[in-house]
Amino acid sequence: MEFGPYLMLATLEGAVSAAVLALTAVGLSLVFGVMRVVNVAHGEFFMLGAVVAWTVAHWLGGHPALGFALALVVAPVAVGGLAAVADWLVLKRIGYDPERTIVATIGLLYIIQQGALMGFGPEARPVEPPFNTRLALPWIEWGEEGLRLVWPWGLATTSYKLFVILAAAAVLLGVWALMARSRAGLVMQATREDREMALAFAIPVGRVYAGVFGLGAGLAALAAVLIVPIQQAHYLMGGDPLLLSFIVVIIGGLGSLPGTVLAAVLIGLTDGIVSVFFSPTLAKILATLLVAMVLVFRPQGLFGSTAR
Amino acid sequence: MLRIEAVDAGYGRAQVLRRFSLEVAAGEVLCLLGRNGAGKTTLMRAIMGHLPLMGGAIRLEGVELSALPPHEVPRQGVGYVPQGRRLFGDLTVAQNLAIGLMARGQGEETREWVLGLFPRLRERLGQRARTLSGGEQQMLATARALCLRPRLLLMDEPTEGLQPSMIEAIRQVVARMRDEGVGILLVEQRIDAVLAIADRVAFIENGRGGEVVPAEQLRRDHALVERYLGV
Ligand SMILES: Nc1ncnc2c1ncn2[C@@H]1O[C@H](COP(=O)(O)OP(=O)(O)OP(=O)(O)O)[C@@H](O)[C@H]1O
Ligand SMILES: [Mg+2]
Repeated sequence: MEFGPYLMLATLEGAVSAAVLALTAVGLSLVFGVMRVVNVAHGEFFMLGAVVAWTVAHWLGGHPALGFALALVVAPVAVGGLAAVADWLVLKRIGYDPERTIVATIGLLYIIQQGALMGFGPEARPVEPPFNTRLALPWIEWGEEGLRLVWPWGLATTSYKLFVILAAAAVLLGVWALMARSRAGLVMQATREDREMALAFAIPVGRVYAGVFGLGAGLAALAAVLIVPIQQAHYLMGGDPLLLSFIVVIIGGLGSLPGTVLAAVLIGLTDGIVSVFFSPTLAKILATLLVAMVLVFRPQGLFGSTAR
Repeated sequence: MLRIEAVDAGYGRAQVLRRFSLEVAAGEVLCLLGRNGAGKTTLMRAIMGHLPLMGGAIRLEGVELSALPPHEVPRQGVGYVPQGRRLFGDLTVAQNLAIGLMARGQGEETREWVLGLFPRLRERLGQRARTLSGGEQQMLATARALCLRPRLLLMDEPTEGLQPSMIEAIRQVVARMRDEGVGILLVEQRIDAVLAIADRVAFIENGRGGEVVPAEQLRRDHALVERYLGV
């Protein structure tokens, strides 16, 4: 394949990772933004989403689309609920103290991981995509008689991958609408700005925190359901999403939703492209370097405002 | 209506309020005077439930506020205008008011009433609170608290850094609320502002309650002010 079509293929692959990464990172960013705590167990909620998706699909049987559709609902709700319980059981008790929360969520990470190992086992388990039509893609070329469409061999994607991109975009739009247009969003923003004043205006901050923690985990779980037909469920799969989400949240500006999405697209695409042309390791090295540069030269993030 | 009974409160092991007692009646403006660091803001925060009490109790018309979770205190009809305004700065004027209205399920009618009291805010509904001028911010902080239709209004240095015409505007709103039967606990540093509005004046010194006197008496007896404020 020539360079042009090859780049297009890499970009498409990158767009799929970017979409999933954006969902995961927005969950982390939301939790940090509103609650001012760093959730180190975020990747494990992602992993749980994949595990629940496999379990639901396996248990239901029948056409893969059935299990997948059910998992899309069950996984975020179950994982979000579990996270809300963890918030109430652990984080609330330590008063959301930033340092103690890091330690507590590291503990949570190991509990969830080992729990998954015991319940789910050490194997990687595939989930069948609900639909998976191969879509050949055209490329534009200069021929003797001017521009013409060609269909290079190997330049193709699947209907499922396009679905992942669209679904993630739709969910992100929903999150934006929730934050910017709804009463719940207003309450979350007020809580984020001044917890004590939120209390002074009858906002039940404890419940808002549990809800936000659940929502953040639910988004990670949803992202995992979307990716698991491409990547398989495994009890150790939470590491990469956690690292990449951190990178994205730092680059995007802590707690800024549009910044987080933009950074996810940036990191996801470069990760995809560099991985295809060079190696996945180089891609991670570049991303980490970028974070270091951002931290040194623009600590508020590429898209964050200087105000905070 | 508000009874503060022998309250002990503070931060960690540092006790600030020591057996502090005070009563505020409905339809009166009670000014609390004391030096910087005397514990005035701490008292306000204790009433709102932001600080756990180490002893004593705070009651509003028989309901023990200090036994409620903090977010239930405003639902009892306690409006709070904190020191330094503490608006939701990233939110617009309209959104700040919306949060005030939500607190006690108030609707369009209350919103119109509040905007009637502060017409300047109506022109700036879409503006972010942090971009308002200092005077406008104080108006918004007051308006936000009035959105609860409070029975008790706590105001912590509402005239700090304001020009005289603004102070007068705030004073008029305070007088109006008092005439509608709201109890008002007002922290104020400027003695002239206190004399212009207060019905009674209470002193606080090192977290302990001092004399409580009618404002009349303060106008005559300057020695009292000197003793507590050193002016
Ligand atoms: N969050 C806190 N942690 C520890 N100590 C505090 C805290 N807030 C206030 N204090 C201390 O409590 C004491 C009373 O403070 P407070 O803010 O209630 O005073 P104030 O009377 O409102 O003063 P001002 O007139 O300057 O506003 C002070 O000694 C202060 O240093
Ligand atoms: Mg004060």
